[in-house]
Amino acid sequence: MDIQLTEEQELLRGSIQRLLRDQYDFDTRRKIVATDEGFSRKHWNAFAELGLCAAPFQESSGGLGGGPLATMIVMQEFGRKLVVEPFFETVVLAGGLIEDAGSPALREAYLPQIMAGESIWALAWAEGRSRYDFSNVTTTARRQGDSYILSGTKAAVIGAPWADRLIVSARTSGGPRDRSGASLFVVDRHAPNLHLQGFKTIDGRRAAEVTLMNVQIPASQLLGTEGEGVAALEACRDRAIAALCAEAVGAMTELNSSTLEYSKTRKQFGVALGTFQVLQHRMVDMFIALEEAISLTQHLNLSLAAREPHGSKLASGAKTKVGYAARFVAEQAVQLHGGMGMSDELNVGHYFKRIASINVQFGDPTYHLMRYAQQNESGVSSDAAFAAASN
Amino acid sequence: MELSLSREDAAFRDEVRAFIAENYPPEMRVPNPETDLTKEQMLLWHRILHRQGWIAPLWPKEYGGPGWSITQRFIFEQETSRAGTLPPLAFSVTMVGPVIYTFGSDAQKQKYLPRILSGEDWWCQGYSEPGSGSDLASVRTKAVRDGDHYIVNGHKTWTTLAQHADWIFCLVRTDPAAKAQSGISFLLIDMKSPGVTVRPIITIDGSHEVNDVFLEDVRVPAENLIGEENKGWTYAKFLLGNERTSMAGIGRSTRYLNRLKQIVKTEIAADDPSFGEFIKDIARVELDVLALEATELRVVAQMSRGIDPGPAASLFKIRGTEIFQRITDLTHQAIGNCGLALREHPVSANHFMPGPDYGHTASEKYLNSRKLSIYGGSNEIQRNIIAKAVLGL
Repeated sequence: MDIQLTEEQELLRGSIQRLLRDQYDFDTRRKIVATDEGFSRKHWNAFAELGLCAAPFQESSGGLGGGPLATMIVMQEFGRKLVVEPFFETVVLAGGLIEDAGSPALREAYLPQIMAGESIWALAWAEGRSRYDFSNVTTTARRQGDSYILSGTKAAVIGAPWADRLIVSARTSGGPRDRSGASLFVVDRHAPNLHLQGFKTIDGRRAAEVTLMNVQIPASQLLGTEGEGVAALEACRDRAIAALCAEAVGAMTELNSSTLEYSKTRKQFGVALGTFQVLQHRMVDMFIALEEAISLTQHLNLSLAAREPHGSKLASGAKTKVGYAARFVAEQAVQLHGGMGMSDELNVGHYFKRIASINVQFGDPTYHLMRYAQQNESGVSSDAAFAAASN
Repeated sequence: MELSLSREDAAFRDEVRAFIAENYPPEMRVPNPETDLTKEQMLLWHRILHRQGWIAPLWPKEYGGPGWSITQRFIFEQETSRAGTLPPLAFSVTMVGPVIYTFGSDAQKQKYLPRILSGEDWWCQGYSEPGSGSDLASVRTKAVRDGDHYIVNGHKTWTTLAQHADWIFCLVRTDPAAKAQSGISFLLIDMKSPGVTVRPIITIDGSHEVNDVFLEDVRVPAENLIGEENKGWTYAKFLLGNERTSMAGIGRSTRYLNRLKQIVKTEIAADDPSFGEFIKDIARVELDVLALEATELRVVAQMSRGIDPGPAASLFKIRGTEIFQRITDLTHQAIGNCGLALREHPVSANHFMPGPDYGHTASEKYLNSRKLSIYGGSNEIQRNIIAKAVLGL
C-alpha cells in the first residue's frame, strides 16, 4: 500500500540508508549521545554532503526541490536509526520558516548556509505557561530605532545548545494570549544578554531554557510580517508534524521488526514466545498500528506537497492517530522484550523514549484530537476557529 | 473509601497516622525516594519502625511481628502508603523473612530473622536469569554438593538493589536430571563470598536499581539451604504469593492521582481544549482505583472471615500496575513541554531541570513504571494464572 516513489526519491532513500548503515549503528549513536556536545559534527557534515539539508527546499531557493516527501524520506530513515543531529530543527523548522515566511533578503542570507549544513538552528516558541499554544507569548520585542529589544524566557528549546542561531517568537503588540501581535526574530545564539540553561532530554538530545534580557537585534532580523508570527508558526507546525510522523513511522518499523524477531528466538516454557496466541495477537495489533501510521503519514505529506486546503486539519489528525499508534507500539515492544526492554543497553527503550518525546513536541495526541474535532465542528480549517472555541 | 472500623481499629488508625506524622524522617522526602536515597537514608525509617515493633506486620508475634489482626495490618499498609512513606525493603521483610520462619531451621531463624528486623542485613532476590524470566522454573544456576558446601555457578539478573545487599536468596538447580520444578533448591548466599560479582544495569529512566549478579565457584555452606534439597520451588511459590499481595498499590496510586489533579489544575487552563479530556481521563482512573480499592476491601473482609482469597493477588497485580502506569502517563502528558526533560542520574543539584518542581520526576516515573507490568510475573502470566485457577481453562 506504499505510494510509488520516484526514481529520485528512491535514490535519496537508498543513499541515506547506506550512509546510516555504514556510519550510524546503535553503538555509534550511543557514543555520540554520551559526548560533551551530544551530537556529531562529523555525521552532520556527512548528511550535508549527501545533500540532505538541501533536499526539501525549492529549486528557486537553491534547493533540490524535494518538498515534504523528501523530508518524509529523510525523517523516516532518521527515525529508524534514532539520529540525534538537528536536521529537524535546522532544515524542517528553521529552514521551512525562512523559506515560507522570510523576506528575500533573509532567504538569501540564511538558506544557503542551512542547505550547506554550515549553520545549525533551533526554534524557540514555547514558554513556561504556553503549553502548545503559539499565541501564548509573554516574551516581548520592543522597537527601538533600527533595532528590536527582546526580553523574556523561552522554554524547552531543543537543540539550542548546538545552535548558531535561534528563531524566537516575541510579542510586538497585543495581550499575552492574543493571536495577533506575536512576531518571529532571527537571533544570534551568542548574542550578548542571551543565556542558556542546558539540560538533557528524554530522548538523548540537548535542550535549553533560553533567557533574553534586553537582547538587541537589527530590525532586519524580523522574520515574516510583524504581528503575524502565529500564522507562520502554524504552517511550520504542519510541516513539523508531517516530519515527526515520518520519524515515528521509522521508529515503529524498527520496534516491530525487533519485537517479532525477539518473539521467534526468545524461549520460555520450552517454546518461542511467538507461539503464544496472546502475544501473536498483540503483534498483529502492532502491525496494524504501523500500517495505519504509514498510510496517514504518506497521506499528510502528499496533501502538504499539493498544498491542499485541509492540510492543517489533517496534520492534527495524523499527530493524534500516529501518536497513539506509536505509543501503543512502543509500550508493547518494551513489554514483549520483558526486562530487556527496560534496559538502557538495548535500543528498544531508546525508541520508546524518542516516541515519548515526539508525542510532546508541537502538541500531544490529545491536544491535536481536540484541535481536529474543533475544526470538524466549525467546518473551517483555521486556528482562528480553534482559538475562538478555546477562549 | 474507608473500612467501617470498630472503635479499637479507628484508634489504631489514628495512632499509626500520628506516629508517621511525628516520626517519618524529613530527609527521606526527596523528589524520587526510590532512586535518590543512599542505603543509610533508606534504612532510617526501617530502624524507626523496628524500634516501634512495627517493622514486620505480616510476621507472627513469636518471630518479632506486632501480632496485628488482618484488619490492622491492612490499616497500617493503607496509612503508610497514603502518607507516602518508603516501604521497608520488601526482599528482606516481606519475602525472605517469611520463607525463613516458615521453612527454615531453628538455627537459621535465630541467625537471620533478628538481623532482618533490625535492618542490619539487606537482602536481594536471586530469581531471574537471562534465560529465565516468566518461566522461572527454568533456572540454570547450578549448586553442586561438595562435602559441607555447595559450589554455585550461574548468572542472576534484574536483581533489585543488589549493590547494597549483604545477602542474596537464590533459586539454584541441585538436580539437573529432575523435571523443571523438582530439581530446584532455595539457598542463602553471603554477598561477600569470593566469586560473587555485581554489575549495574542502567534502566531507560537512567537510574541504577537493578543488577546482574554473577556467581563463579561460590562456596556456600550447606547449612544455608532452606528446607529440603530440591523442594525450593515450593518455597519460591510461597514467596511469590507474598510479593504480589502488595501490588494493588492503592495508597500510592491515590497519592499520585491527587498530585495529578493539582498539576492539571495548575498547568492547563480551563479553556484549553485538552482540559476536558484530562478531567475525563482522571475520572476514569479514579473509578479504576475506587473499584480496585473496593475489591481489596472485599478480599480483606473475606480473609478476616477465614476465606482463602485464591488468586486475588494476580488481579491486584494486573490492575494495580495498569492503573499506576496510566497515572504516570497522564502526569507526563500534563506537564506539557517540560516532559521533554529527563533528570540525570546520579541525581545532583547541579543539573538544571526546567519547569516547576512537581514535574521534575514525571518523565522518569513514566519510563520506570513500564517495569511494573513486566516484573513479579508479567501481567500476561498473571492472566494465565487467573484463567487456569479461577476460570478452570
